[in-house]
Amino acid sequence: MIAVENVSKTYSGQTALAPTTLALAPGRTTVLIGPSGCGKSTLLRLLIGLISPDSGTVTVGGEILTPQTVEKRRHEIGYVIQDGGLFPHLTAAQNVALLARFLGRSESGVQERITELSSLVQLPADALSRYPNNLSGGQRQRVGLMRALMLDPPLLLLDEPLGALDPITRSELQSQLKDIFARLEKTVVLVTHDMGEAAYFGDTIVLMRAGKIVQTGTLEDLLQRPAEKYVTDFIRAQRSPLPPMPEAASEERN
Amino acid sequence: MTKALAVLLLLLPSALYAQTLTVGSKRFAESRILGEIVTQTTTAVGEAHADHKSGLGNTGIVFAALQSGSIDVYPEYTGTITQELLKTKETLDLPAMNNRLAALGLAAGVPLGFNDTYALAMRDDQAQKLGIRTLSDLAKHPELKLGLSQEFLKRADGWPGVKAAYSLPFESPQGLDHGLAYEAIAGGQIEVTDIYSTDSKIAKYKLRVLTDDKHYFPAYDAVLLYRKDVPTRLPRTWAALQKLSGRITALQMIALNARVELQGMTPPVVAAGFLSGKTAPTEAAYPPGFWATLFAKDFWPETRQHLFLVFVSLALSILVAVPLGIWAARTPAAAQPILSITGLIQTIPSLALLAFLIPLLHRIGPLPAIVALFLYSLLPIVRNTYTGLTDISPSLRESALALGLPPLARLRLIELPLAARAIFAGIKTAAVINVGTATIAAFIGAGGYGNRISQGLENNNDLLLLSGAIPAAALALLVQWGFDLLDKAVVPKGLR
Repeated sequence: MIAVENVSKTYSGQTALAPTTLALAPGRTTVLIGPSGCGKSTLLRLLIGLISPDSGTVTVGGEILTPQTVEKRRHEIGYVIQDGGLFPHLTAAQNVALLARFLGRSESGVQERITELSSLVQLPADALSRYPNNLSGGQRQRVGLMRALMLDPPLLLLDEPLGALDPITRSELQSQLKDIFARLEKTVVLVTHDMGEAAYFGDTIVLMRAGKIVQTGTLEDLLQRPAEKYVTDFIRAQRSPLPPMPEAASEERN
Repeated sequence: MTKALAVLLLLLPSALYAQTLTVGSKRFAESRILGEIVTQTTTAVGEAHADHKSGLGNTGIVFAALQSGSIDVYPEYTGTITQELLKTKETLDLPAMNNRLAALGLAAGVPLGFNDTYALAMRDDQAQKLGIRTLSDLAKHPELKLGLSQEFLKRADGWPGVKAAYSLPFESPQGLDHGLAYEAIAGGQIEVTDIYSTDSKIAKYKLRVLTDDKHYFPAYDAVLLYRKDVPTRLPRTWAALQKLSGRITALQMIALNARVELQGMTPPVVAAGFLSGKTAPTEAAYPPGFWATLFAKDFWPETRQHLFLVFVSLALSILVAVPLGIWAARTPAAAQPILSITGLIQTIPSLALLAFLIPLLHRIGPLPAIVALFLYSLLPIVRNTYTGLTDISPSLRESALALGLPPLARLRLIELPLAARAIFAGIKTAAVINVGTATIAAFIGAGGYGNRISQGLENNNDLLLLSGAIPAAALALLVQWGFDLLDKAVVPKGLR
């Protein structure tokens, strides 16, 4: 239902994405991973038409994305960025309801959906009436997710959604997100640079480097059948075992 | 019924009359007093409603107002009519003058009885020491510092003419406001200045009037310059005005001027005293104190005029500047020209802009003032709208785009609210600046607190000047506070 064919993007002579072809499995989670500047965010932004490709086509719901169709298509795509991207002049609830209200959806339906979504993402009820500046990082991300899910789009794109969170909130949200993705059966594309996160979420992992896809496959594929040495290097580099924990008693003494 | 009619008549005094006579005067005490005498004489006849646009401007502005029909009559001087208005070097008598004025649809008449000629004067003690009695003597002292009024410097019958006639060796005399010349000469910053022969301050400042030994300065007999239709349109009024002929001697005029310039009385009071035949001022006519000057009966009308100028121009400016700012923020190619042009407007001195707008709009009064204030308000609002919109972080811009909102909805629901604080700050800046700049509008007859400031400046009356400057400053503070309160209503809660 969503695919790119031979898309490429160049910024002032620098290749951000070499001609790339990729089809996404419906109802599954695909993770785009790779080091900074590998083209994973460029690919995601092409999918929602925030940038247009120099060549090739992006197909969403069986239709090629054009500047004329992109605006309507976006109603079928939920988009979440780091830190939520919430509008500071609107409360959490107003942020979530903005598009639905603009499209003239019934107010009772809007309220019902907000209640439904806040229990889905486990947002405390009092947070709904607060402005983004008065929410915690984790709450902002939950509200951002609610806003993306408001119209129940079949496709969900997430650009490093957990990048700005502290480790505890991050791992808590990771397990909730995985649960939500599984329950809603959305087609999800998630961008991250964290191998652990990719392994945790990805039905399919797409490893990228320097504007090209290096390998597409399951975690198993990547570990057992690396397409090239870089795959193994990338996975190894990300596995940084923690140093042994100091004993609690010795810490007390200092 | 009768009650309602009475209320109506009270509210609309001008509606009582089918006709209106609009009187003009120049920006100095003598012209204002004479204009007031004409006005009060007209009112006493009861044939027409008389409206005095007191201190409308310098000769050029008042004459333009007469030609365009904005005013019907104003006091003028024969020498000025021939040399400045008809631009001839010949000496014309009244009938010859009227021959030429007829082509302009104008006429001069009713010689009031005195000659107010130009003259040069210096401190009597200094003149004595240097042995200067005449303008010819002045030519022998090129070391003297001249300070001349701006109008005298520029007039054909003023400095250029007298300099040529006497071969005066002064290259670039300093120009200054006539109202400041006396203090400047008393303080020694200047040593020679131009005066009028009916000037009330000659004696006060111990000045010596230098004799015009070559008879350069023509006669400046005070007359009324009017539109030709006035005598036929208002015959009874005209008959009464003609009786003013020969009524005012030079000595009387000096005394009338002194009441305004030295005793701080207002031209209407002085004119009323003259018309009622009382030579000594009545008790009530003595100069009022500060509070009485501040809250004189023109206080609320002038406050209204001032607020009208400030807020009408501001409202127009918001309507134009916010869209311009949006355009600049959306179209990088348009940003530079828009910001440069609005910035350029800001650099035009306000008096120059007003002088430029009068011929362009063919009128004086509030309209050119509002246009000028409107133009000055553009920059702060355009720039703040532009900055407010371009400062929105790219991630928020993209979030709005990714939601699938069309451009106008993004502007209305996201971008303008996010820029609201900056836009509002620009509007506030424009409003506060407008309160100050609007005082200049009095120079072209638009009213407001500037009336008091300009009259105070002309008549060397600090009390009057302060009674305009202080409420203008207070109004600026009030406007600032008012906007601070509004800020809470306009700026979205989440941004505070």
